[in-house]
Amino acid sequence: MSQTIETRRAGSRKLLSAGRKLATSLAVIATTLLGLLIITFVVGRMIPADPVIAVVGDQADQSTYDRVYKEMGLDRPIYVQFGSYLADIVRLDFGQSHVTKNQVASDLARVFPATLELATLATIIGAGFGVPLGILSAVRKGTWVDHLARIVGLLGHSTPIFWIGTTVILIFYANFGVIPAGGRIDIYNEGLVEGPTNSLIIDSLLAGEWNVFWSALHHVIAPALILGYAAMAYLSRMSRSFMLEQLRQEYILTARAKGLGTRPIIWRHAFRNIRVQLLTVVALAYCGLLDGTVLIETVFSWPGLGQYLTSALFFADMNAVLGGVLLIGIISIAINLLSDIVYRFIDPRTR
Amino acid sequence: MTQDPGTAMTKSGYFTDLHNWLINEDFTSTKQARLHKAYVAWLSLLANPLAFAGFAVVITLVIIAALAPVLTVYDPYGQDLATALKAPSASHWFGTDEFGRDVYTRVVYGARTTLYISILVTVIVAPIGFVIGASAGYLGGWVDVVLMRITDIFLSFPSLVLALAFSAALGPGIENAVIAIALTIWPPIARLARAETLTFRHADFVVAAELQGARMGRILLRHIVPLCAPSIIVRLTLNMSSIILTAAGLGFLGLGAQPPMAEWGAMAAAGRKYLLDAWWLTTIPGLAILVVSLAFNLFGDGLRDILDPRNA
Repeated sequence: MSQTIETRRAGSRKLLSAGRKLATSLAVIATTLLGLLIITFVVGRMIPADPVIAVVGDQADQSTYDRVYKEMGLDRPIYVQFGSYLADIVRLDFGQSHVTKNQVASDLARVFPATLELATLATIIGAGFGVPLGILSAVRKGTWVDHLARIVGLLGHSTPIFWIGTTVILIFYANFGVIPAGGRIDIYNEGLVEGPTNSLIIDSLLAGEWNVFWSALHHVIAPALILGYAAMAYLSRMSRSFMLEQLRQEYILTARAKGLGTRPIIWRHAFRNIRVQLLTVVALAYCGLLDGTVLIETVFSWPGLGQYLTSALFFADMNAVLGGVLLIGIISIAINLLSDIVYRFIDPRTR
Repeated sequence: MTQDPGTAMTKSGYFTDLHNWLINEDFTSTKQARLHKAYVAWLSLLANPLAFAGFAVVITLVIIAALAPVLTVYDPYGQDLATALKAPSASHWFGTDEFGRDVYTRVVYGARTTLYISILVTVIVAPIGFVIGASAGYLGGWVDVVLMRITDIFLSFPSLVLALAFSAALGPGIENAVIAIALTIWPPIARLARAETLTFRHADFVVAAELQGARMGRILLRHIVPLCAPSIIVRLTLNMSSIILTAAGLGFLGLGAQPPMAEWGAMAAAGRKYLLDAWWLTTIPGLAILVVSLAFNLFGDGLRDILDPRNA
């Protein structure tokens, strides 16, 4: 009887501590989001010497200037401005882009799927090659495989990604003509497929439009491989060091002493223990790729968030720039949150 | 040292004496002990060919930047439309750009821009990152929570995107690019400084200094800085490569150095228009970025083995 009460108490205590953990992580996310908003607010409203000129341009006449000054609420105290900024963001109102004349939010919704498609494919490529390479170089530490992986990784860290892009276009488009110069799809396949996921590759598969599918794949392959290479460089280095750490543990020695082969030791014992860490770094790599997409989309004219951002920059379209930057920040937080949740799910120690 | 470097270097006379004096561990003065440490570090750098190659490239970069006018015969800004877009030849080693400017000259002068940006960013970032991280670690409590939360907020943005937002707001230009990059690159330094400070926070020598009435500033400067310095220096060296890549990325997007300034990223971007006709315009500045950033990575890796073996 007393024992069941004890376990019940322990159970409720556990629940309580889980609830507290949840509350803490929610508070952390909330402050991070608030911080993000403060940064974008400061960047948009306080750093430019005159935010009105940033919107209307220096050619505007005095009446336009005054009207926009009022519209932007610059006559109000700063905390009121921030409050109304917050209210706008909550209503998904990022303002109007003065280049496309659309609401920034609807522009972002239009361009984002293309970036999502590219970055996801690149992460799959990066993890698919990087993790096995890292594990192999940990298992064969000091051999030529290890050295090769190190060189591949170092080059991936040191090469400007836009330069790989232009070089690939130079060689494979200009010289061999095996890849298209840029864009997401051939012009005569454009607009044929309109699907639920907004990923041309998946949608065309679902619709059975093979021409569209091949064209989309043909266009995505070069930018996805380049971004994937950058992710691979990071992931192979991380998985190598995770694996090396596991291989030093005593349970590996025990398994070897029992006569277990290398393959089951690596995959059934060591790999299980690094899954969680791998998940975290794959999430980080995904966030890092959002950086790379900005440059690679510019090089390959990929109609995604990165290209939207750079063209907005070109026209000093601050609403669009800040909307895009905020979206990227929010996605980074969301991905890290997701990896944290899955982490708790996989790793029994965190339960 | 695991092996005796003395056997590898048998020189005669003065150099042998100097070597023996430097390698000898029975010090007779603090000066000798310091020189010994530096000498052993130098020998281990020599023993690591990749790190040494990185070091050599970095030194070469500094020399090239310093001697740019001596190493070139053309004016980096001098336009000559008659010789525009000429392929590499004996008179123009790396060809000419769309204004007929010599690409080799501009790559050489570009080394100055790259060094200027990366050194300036490092000089700004190192003290800021250290002060934030070390005070968080030293003071603990809510100061720690607040400072680390701010650090994490900055970390949650991909760095190029954040730098892009800052330089978009500040306006294009090299000084603003420096500020933008500095604003994005301090958080990892702060994190590192905090972690290092925490390991010494309750060490006896810190407590002893506190008991003697030393203020926080003195403890951080005189006791914590010397102990954190090796790992922070390693981190800063490895950071050089990401500063160079971010600066080049900003230049490529038109936000960093403005024309006609010679900057590798901006040169590569300008050459993109002529990519199919004049491959050298993007390829060569890109290669320069690659070589320098690879060199900093190799040198930083080697430096970590020497200065900061705990984290190797």
